Amino acid sequence: MKTIDVLLAEHPFFQGMAPDYLAFIAGCGRNVQFEPGRYIHREGDEAKEFYAIREGKVALELFVPGRGPKTLQTLDTGDVLGWSWIFPPYKWVFDARAVELTKAVMFDGLCLRTKCEGEPALGYDFMKRFAEVVTMRLDAARLQLVDVFGAPTPR
Amino acid sequence: MADLGPAPLVGGAPAPPPAPGLVIESFRVTRVRKETHDTFTIDLVHADTGAGLAFEPGQFTMLYVLGVGEAPISISGDPARRELVHTIRAVGAVTRALTSAGKGDVVGVRGPFGTPWPVDAAAGRDVIVVAGGIGLAPVRPILYRVLADRARYGRVALLYGARTPADLIYTADLERWRSRLDLEVHVTVDTADRGWRGNVGPVTTLIPRAPFDPARATAFVCGPEVMMRYVAVELGRRGVAAGDVFVSMERNMKCAVGLCGHCQLGPYFVCKDGPVFALPRVQPFFTIREM
Repeated sequence: MKTIDVLLAEHPFFQGMAPDYLAFIAGCGRNVQFEPGRYIHREGDEAKEFYAIREGKVALELFVPGRGPKTLQTLDTGDVLGWSWIFPPYKWVFDARAVELTKAVMFDGLCLRTKCEGEPALGYDFMKRFAEVVTMRLDAARLQLVDVFGAPTPR
Repeated sequence: MADLGPAPLVGGAPAPPPAPGLVIESFRVTRVRKETHDTFTIDLVHADTGAGLAFEPGQFTMLYVLGVGEAPISISGDPARRELVHTIRAVGAVTRALTSAGKGDVVGVRGPFGTPWPVDAAAGRDVIVVAGGIGLAPVRPILYRVLADRARYGRVALLYGARTPADLIYTADLERWRSRLDLEVHVTVDTADRGWRGNVGPVTTLIPRAPFDPARATAFVCGPEVMMRYVAVELGRRGVAAGDVFVSMERNMKCAVGLCGHCQLGPYFVCKDGPVFALPRVQPFFTIREM
């Protein structure tokens, strides 16, 4: 069975991270899995964790009264779930639901924050990785907003 | 709508024959399939011979409806079988008339026209096909050709995005392709309800997941121009050289033979110099707003 630091080294989010950092943060993580349909977290819950998805698919959902849950985005093998654990008020903004059997390394957010605060170089490394993820998700959300498949000019 | 008939006599001498590509031939509709609420696929055979049409993947024809007009439509059938198949989204007078055609109706056809996807040149390389919306139609002949000669290519992936699950076309093909072990198929939609168990997000989000070697991959991209711009960025981020990316441009084509200039894109006529271009030739025009 692989140790957490080995699993992290194989995960795209942690690609290139110094081995001593991986070993340092591995103590904050543990393996978890979610059956299809199970909620990983709900909007408004306390955001205490961060997940590196090893396998599976997770839907980020927004419940719209009168219309039900809308899927905003899906996350897949190699993606990470959650950054609300980094900033106050530490609350999840959307629901996250496993679409398929999903395996992940779950990190204790407080444990990670404490290590990042105590080791600023690690904290900076983490922030750069999250900034890239956030930028890509923002780009994706903007493209969705544009509705590129809307009706073209008549001819 | 049929061919232009015998050349008239002018001043006692026969008029020269029409230039190639200007002759409209009659084709009969043999099958109509509804793909989505506004998109249909029609199969055509020559009205006199019952034959299909020789074409290369990526080429288009001008489809003519008597009394309404012409529209350029990509050919989406199997080139090996000369299947003259068109998938048409009803967005204007001509395309609406075409989508209301029924079995046995006759439409006019000119073509095929335009530059093809360089499918054979991709032999020995990984092949990434990225399509958005009805943009799956012009790339389907690529998949027919590659899958017919699968051993010549490396890894092959289809990345397909649409607005909603109800806007996906060729769903039977997608199911069949998904069942193959030698073809990676990823489908995503921009928005979905919970009943959809697939991916949600723009097609660009599929590119980091697709298994291919960027140093030896050829990418074929077709969809709305905005989508292609950002797919090009994402392919570049993944390490695919711009020269290994090919896109199919859509412009307002009229004559289809490079005479009228309606489809001009910088120094190019899309109907004659395209619609398939290597990305470096057209990428500079993606961000020129006047074009």
